[in-house]
Amino acid sequence: MDVSQYLDIFLDESKEHLQNLNTQLLELEQNAENMDTVNEIFRAAHSLKGMAGTMGYKRMQSLTHNMENVFSEVRNGTIKVKAGMVDTLFQCLDALEEYVANIQESADEGENDNAPIIKALNDILNSKGEAQEEPAAKEEAPAEEPSAPAAAPAQAVSFELNEEEKKSASDAVATGKKLYQIDVNVEENCMLKAARSFLVFKAVEELGEIVTTRPSSQDIEDENFELTFSMLVASEGELDPILAAAKSVSEIANATGSAFAMDVQEAATEKVATQEEEKTTEVAVAETTAPAKTESAQPAKAADKKAAGKPQVSRTVRVDIEKLDSLMNLVSELIIAKNSLVSRATNQTQQSSTGLNEEIEYLESVTTNLHESVMKVRMVPIESVFSKFPRMIRDLSKKLGKPMELYMSGEETELDRTVVDEIGDPLQHLLRNSADHGLESAEVRAQRGKPETGSIFLDAYQEGNNVVIEVRDDGNGIDCSVVRDKAVERGIMTREQADATEDKDIVQLLFMPSFSTAKKVTDVSGRGVGLDVVKSKIEALSGEVEVKTELGVGTTFIVRLPLTLAIIQALMVVVGNEKYAISLSNIQTIENIVPNDIKTVQGKEVIYLRGTVIPIIRLDEVLDCTSTRNPEDDMVIVIVKKGDKLAGLMVDELIGQQEIVIKSMGTYINKCKFISGATILGDGEVALIVDSNTLF
Amino acid sequence: MANELSTNVEEVVQYIVINSGDEQFGIDIKYIDNIVRMQHITRVPKVPCYFKGVINLRGEVLPVMSLRIKMGVPEGEENKDNRIIIIKMDQHEAIGVIVDSVKEVVNIDMSTVERTSVESGTQFVTGVSKQKDSLISLLDLHAVISE
Repeated sequence: MDVSQYLDIFLDESKEHLQNLNTQLLELEQNAENMDTVNEIFRAAHSLKGMAGTMGYKRMQSLTHNMENVFSEVRNGTIKVKAGMVDTLFQCLDALEEYVANIQESADEGENDNAPIIKALNDILNSKGEAQEEPAAKEEAPAEEPSAPAAAPAQAVSFELNEEEKKSASDAVATGKKLYQIDVNVEENCMLKAARSFLVFKAVEELGEIVTTRPSSQDIEDENFELTFSMLVASEGELDPILAAAKSVSEIANATGSAFAMDVQEAATEKVATQEEEKTTEVAVAETTAPAKTESAQPAKAADKKAAGKPQVSRTVRVDIEKLDSLMNLVSELIIAKNSLVSRATNQTQQSSTGLNEEIEYLESVTTNLHESVMKVRMVPIESVFSKFPRMIRDLSKKLGKPMELYMSGEETELDRTVVDEIGDPLQHLLRNSADHGLESAEVRAQRGKPETGSIFLDAYQEGNNVVIEVRDDGNGIDCSVVRDKAVERGIMTREQADATEDKDIVQLLFMPSFSTAKKVTDVSGRGVGLDVVKSKIEALSGEVEVKTELGVGTTFIVRLPLTLAIIQALMVVVGNEKYAISLSNIQTIENIVPNDIKTVQGKEVIYLRGTVIPIIRLDEVLDCTSTRNPEDDMVIVIVKKGDKLAGLMVDELIGQQEIVIKSMGTYINKCKFISGATILGDGEVALIVDSNTLF
Repeated sequence: MANELSTNVEEVVQYIVINSGDEQFGIDIKYIDNIVRMQHITRVPKVPCYFKGVINLRGEVLPVMSLRIKMGVPEGEENKDNRIIIIKMDQHEAIGVIVDSVKEVVNIDMSTVERTSVESGTQFVTGVSKQKDSLISLLDLHAVISE
């Protein structure tokens, strides 16, 4: 077997452990005395080391090892957690992340030894006065590691060797090797038992030769065992290193072993056997005392751990996103086919189609459900994006010398996988923006009677067919007069225009390319590449971004993203003999208006509807086609909304609501900003999708 | 394309000969994904005039351009001989090109092709091949599909 097939698991888990380490380290910085956190960190670091070692990434292993040593001392209480130390540890995590990134790209960890960080870690170790005996610390570590909640005592499986196995065993003994029986316990919630056992085998094989296993290696490979498997190992070395190697594999709860005596060879190797028997008892004693010690020392913690530990893992399957995409495409095809059936059926005469209509309605509900299920499969919690931000804010806080705190909510909100992958950068931009431009320095805050520590809030929640993400700070807010001055200075508008423009429109200027109001350029933000990039990125995801601000009180950026990207409910309309689709989620109401109701205000057509003035947009003019409607007739106006703004789209005719599959039109022809894509109608024709957000 | 001509002088390449306006053009067969009859084309607003719109090709939406307009020749009457040639080049998305008609497939010995220079004002043609009594201009597809 080849290790490379476990590379994906390794990468996924390393990232998980690193994220966990980041989170726990932040926690530790807040509360240095929390031993639970220290234990959790130690466990994660230890797993990471084991994994890196097994996969043969020596540099990564060495760095993690040094980090683990520090944590080991913290746990023993010989080193106290200090701010400088946490910084070094964060640097260490960054370096580890770099290794993982390298491995992901090229399956190689890179050449960087990160010697300065290792030195810094050793300095921390040495700083407690006396040089720590490193090997001792290392050897203690695995034995003292709090056994995982599920750690059941290894059940001794007695080996009944067949002829072949006996032969290879006695061959091994004849060459002076010793035989050990090793029982390995896998953690209860381990998901890839076969992979774990393989890693155990690989680790053990570096120290000795595996004669046989119970159950058979084939059964183990097929995950055909409960939580325990046993192996017979022939080795020239001692038992302990082999056990340690087995235990270093993550999700392995425990490994115990004893010397194995073969009955056939009693007479010939009696002496050896007795020697080994002595050793067996020794080892057995060591093995039983170690867990007992841990257990009695921290019984409360063990219980704690179990309660607050990992949630019950539901049965899952890892699926390649490409497979999901192709499944999604098939569902799209199915919906197109269904739509074409629907359009056929409506053309049929009444009497022949009554039965057919029922069938089609049934088909419609099935395809809709199918679509929803596939979409759900693609949904992932936004937590994976959010979780990196507390660390970022902490670093920013240090860098900028402003005390600040990040409060997050709604991490469990789910979004389409593709959106989650893309939304990280824009959110990061917004958060940096809040930290750098939004929040005032501690002195200014104190003068203004605000708490010295600034607050940044990151909230996600679902609202209809959208997911809303808010980035809010209690900082200075946007000073519209500064923005006005800047706009005039940049020649974007004249002083008169600037003064006449309302504040909420002035704020929109911030989203223009190269418009930064930061008085000094910092490397955090303020280079004028930021908000415009954020906006275009979010719009590329069919989302929108809005800003609300109050001077002296704070700023809120509101990002709205669609739940799904591929299939939407749309209103089909006719404009000048052409069919267009408008996303239903943008539509507020549909109104019938007599031509006289249209008034002109400042040269723009508006209607006065239930107390609101709504601008009218003639779609035929926007889309360069000629309306076929009689100008004297009543007009159909589709009222669309964008944030809290409304606009009325004048169309010739309504066709009705339809589920449409969004198809990209490719890169050649995407110059028209009013059109966000195309869809294929039931009759095979292509209809364009009007992006009403761009019409405002 | 120009490089290919100079490096593979001995090569015989299959070209599809099409009519557009009064001229005959050759399109390298390896870039042709499909040839389909004219069908309903959905107009797309605010795009360069040579883009006629988009079509539905087996569930995919493809942009379609008019070769005549792209080359500055007035559009002709639509007739039943018109075809849309679906071109798929490496690194590019598929695109449809409307031609007046498709004539035949010919084998062209690249060594006999007379190369044209940019100065001669034929920006969409890499070379000219003599076939029996007619001349075939070999299209530079990169120039045709780029803006």
